[in-house]
Amino acid sequence: MAEPTAEPILEVRGLVKHYPLTQGIVIKRQIGAVKAVDGVDFDLGSGETLGIVGESGCGKSTVAKMLVNLERPTAGEIRYKGEDITRLSGRALKAVRRNIQMVFQDPYTSLNPRMTVGDIIGEPYEIHPEVAPKGSRRQKVQDLLDVVGLNPEYINRYPHQFSGGQRQRIGIARGLALRPEVIVADEPVSALDVSVQAQVVNLLERLQSEFRLSYVFIAHDLSIVRHISDRVGVMYLGRIVEVGSDAEIYEHPTHPYTQALLSAVPVPDPGAREHRERIILSGDVPSPANPPSGCRFRTRCWKARERCALEVPELAVPAEFRGLSGPAAHDSACHFAEEKHVVP
Amino acid sequence: MASTASPLSKEPTAPPAPLLLEVRDLHVEFRTRDGIAKAVNGVDYGVRAGETLAVLGESGSGKSVTAQAIMGILDVPPGRITSGEILFHGQDLLKLKEEERRRIRGSGMAMIFQDALSSLNPVLSVGDQLGEMFTVHRGMSRKDARAKAVELMDRVRIPAARERVTQYPHQFSGGMRQRIMIAMAMALEPSLIIADEPTTALDVTVQAQVMDLLAELQRELNMGLILITHDLGVVADVADTIAVMYAGRIVEKAPVHEIYKAPAHPYTKGLLESIPRLDQKGQDLYAIKGLPPNLLNIPPGCAFNPRCPMAQDICRTDVPPLAKVTYEGLTAERRSACHFWKETLRG
Amino acid sequence: MPEPHDPAEGAIAGTGAGGAMDLAASEATTLAPGQQGEPGGPGGTGAGAPARSLWSDAWRDLRRNPVFIISGLIIVFLVFISLWPSAIASGDPLDCDLANAQKGSSPGHPFGFDGQGCDVYTRTVYGARASVTVGVCATLGVALLGSVLGGLAGFFGGAWDAILSRITDVFFAIPVVLGGLVLLSVVTSNTVWPVIGFMVLLGWPQISRIARGSVITAKQNDYVQAARALGASNSRMLLRHIAPNAVAPVIVVATIALGTYIALEATLSYLGVGLKPPTVSWGIDISAASQYIRNAPHMLLWPAGALAITVLAFIMLGDAVRDALDPKLR
Repeated sequence: MAEPTAEPILEVRGLVKHYPLTQGIVIKRQIGAVKAVDGVDFDLGSGETLGIVGESGCGKSTVAKMLVNLERPTAGEIRYKGEDITRLSGRALKAVRRNIQMVFQDPYTSLNPRMTVGDIIGEPYEIHPEVAPKGSRRQKVQDLLDVVGLNPEYINRYPHQFSGGQRQRIGIARGLALRPEVIVADEPVSALDVSVQAQVVNLLERLQSEFRLSYVFIAHDLSIVRHISDRVGVMYLGRIVEVGSDAEIYEHPTHPYTQALLSAVPVPDPGAREHRERIILSGDVPSPANPPSGCRFRTRCWKARERCALEVPELAVPAEFRGLSGPAAHDSACHFAEEKHVVP
Repeated sequence: MASTASPLSKEPTAPPAPLLLEVRDLHVEFRTRDGIAKAVNGVDYGVRAGETLAVLGESGSGKSVTAQAIMGILDVPPGRITSGEILFHGQDLLKLKEEERRRIRGSGMAMIFQDALSSLNPVLSVGDQLGEMFTVHRGMSRKDARAKAVELMDRVRIPAARERVTQYPHQFSGGMRQRIMIAMAMALEPSLIIADEPTTALDVTVQAQVMDLLAELQRELNMGLILITHDLGVVADVADTIAVMYAGRIVEKAPVHEIYKAPAHPYTKGLLESIPRLDQKGQDLYAIKGLPPNLLNIPPGCAFNPRCPMAQDICRTDVPPLAKVTYEGLTAERRSACHFWKETLRG
Repeated sequence: MPEPHDPAEGAIAGTGAGGAMDLAASEATTLAPGQQGEPGGPGGTGAGAPARSLWSDAWRDLRRNPVFIISGLIIVFLVFISLWPSAIASGDPLDCDLANAQKGSSPGHPFGFDGQGCDVYTRTVYGARASVTVGVCATLGVALLGSVLGGLAGFFGGAWDAILSRITDVFFAIPVVLGGLVLLSVVTSNTVWPVIGFMVLLGWPQISRIARGSVITAKQNDYVQAARALGASNSRMLLRHIAPNAVAPVIVVATIALGTYIALEATLSYLGVGLKPPTVSWGIDISAASQYIRNAPHMLLWPAGALAITVLAFIMLGDAVRDALDPKLR
């Protein structure tokens, strides 16, 4: 994997997305808000893969949608090469879209069943005609099919003639058509069969080095995220609770949520089942419409004390590890951060 | 977590418990608009009381269809059981009348599905749905049934069961709903539970809770458990025996420890190598080439041959039998449907 | 590289009807092994299968459906006689002789004569034109107006959608026959247009509601999001991505509605507010014949039978089309 360069290609600062809860049919009254994303910061280096993990409802997919401008943030900035893209519209927005593309989760709903594969992959050129002159498009589409490992002669077929893994390749080809610099992949392999997942993960890795892509890779599967990511952010209830390199997060987690999450992942090794410590969390994720005060994880945390209800922990290197150089010294939003090995 | 009762850990001299359920040479077909899809093509497996059999496979492998045939909930038509036997306590279920099978469903065997929300009735309170098991099957009064429902909810560790018994399914979280499904399956203390991807739709942290609960109840009630899943991690955590399915056949059957140590079928081997590991960061993932076969047109010979790195001519012509695998140190039965299982074992 | 499948078979998709979830995702198409994981590799022999769009699949299904064939033949015949009624009926529907009133069938007049002494066979044949014209025009008008208004409401949502939904609610509350009695009784024109106008006015909310629902469903598909992420304009998303995927339910409902509009025309004509003589219409004839039902039932039988068959044919066609387009069977 390419070494990330110093200059980040994406900088996300204070990203917030609240969905208003309303009452009434004609005259709507706001009675609250679902705080899907509530203050997220991260950087994405050029050529880097940032993995974002979290359970359902943690806001990771909403972050993805905001990155590709499918949702407008309630507050915060997304800077692409220094320019805030959240307030753009019209021509300027269209130009930015060329550079940040998305790969969707469900290969069955992300391709228009009424269009041929050639039309689907060629559509980016119709929307951005300046990228490819009309005569060259067919050739470009066939090249893309070849790049993602599909037979270029399939150009006239329809999506339902392909299997899930092949459809996902078509979706990836569409995402690549405009030669973007950033690809946001939202659970790109979770709908695929196990034996096909590896093919698609390998493809994504190969494309990254071939086209110098930067990835934001969103998934709930911690093993795949570790495999593909340079850095990993763990989300819980609309916030990033811990972020660091893959080794820092997986081998030296300091946030209790990350530790619980990692310890719960079943490992395909029956020998590990006896000597592995499991942190079983009690209860469920609270509603994002009414998140707990202070630290959002405190209602399920075994370490929670009074301070956790009063003070929101900041995402920074915890005081205990400040000044140290070891792998435990990475950003973790916990008042009582502590290193713990949970992965066997 | 504590290990489940395993037949392997018993004294070698003790005779094995009789088979609770035995599936023999089961074949199931589906009529589709493009032809006959051969979903299950000769499956044999058995499970004993207190044992967990994991049936591992990808979509289209026939693992769920087999379970539906056992439960008697196959969609007929388009599905059709063309041959085979399903022995439950020695009795062939396929020869029973529908009414007798219905009696066995629920009290003799029960099923837990992946999607608890669509398996529960949205307009009945969970107390009514749990209580119904007792009023219908056991002829209890409504009041007694309600008390039983609360007891069951306590047992699957739903907090504040007495207050929540009147709530409706949508008022529970995914994990809690799956607990209610488990409570419902356990209600009449069946001797066999079939769990079809019971934790797939749940979050990782909740998955662990639910899987632990299931394993614990199984141990307590000494039930047989058939766990249908595609997740190699879940299998490693709870199963005693694994049956790997591919294109409607069992390709490998082995005690869980043995299979992870050394798979005896190239498909199992490929699967194990293709999943990324939490505890290590490798380079490229091994990817099984190609796609699972089209059930309308299963390749002749070994169904895996087009994707198999070891395939020889014989694999394209002869269907490999599920042959006994033997090697030093192996105490339990192990089988593989590969012409070259010895070579596969050696790596 | 082993090549186990005939490439032409390779593209068989979807065991869909299998029902079992295990099967549903198994539309495994073995397209040239060796392609996967070895991009750009050889083995590109799998391109033999033809491209099959969902529309051509639906058409293939329809052609094999006897219900479609029977109803289709009836409808083709109806359209034919409404365009060229003289091809099978040599007489003039308005050429009546009171001397023949209520006579039964006789050579050259197989259906007998009606109360005014007109030939029932000729009138039944000529009556098809009014029915088919009203049915087709009303359906076209309803489908166009309804899908444009409903589609836009579904796509843009917001206030426009809220207002439109309330308007459709109001229209749904109007009893059709009563509305026809009130509105059409003031009309003096004896062409088919006031009747068609009335049907469009009261019919569009039905289609609008369906179009709105199916546009909202289609809008949520990831491929629409994907187009938006590419920077596609609203019109592109609507015309290229949403409309083709939302139109099927509209077609189905409109086809079935066509039959009911024909029946409604007959009802209104029977009540004296629909078409008026000298227009020839089954409804008018049924109305006239109903007075003589005891002594001359044949006068009622033929136009009523023709009406019933026509309505049934359109409803059957709608059913067949729905079966072919229903994505759940796919």
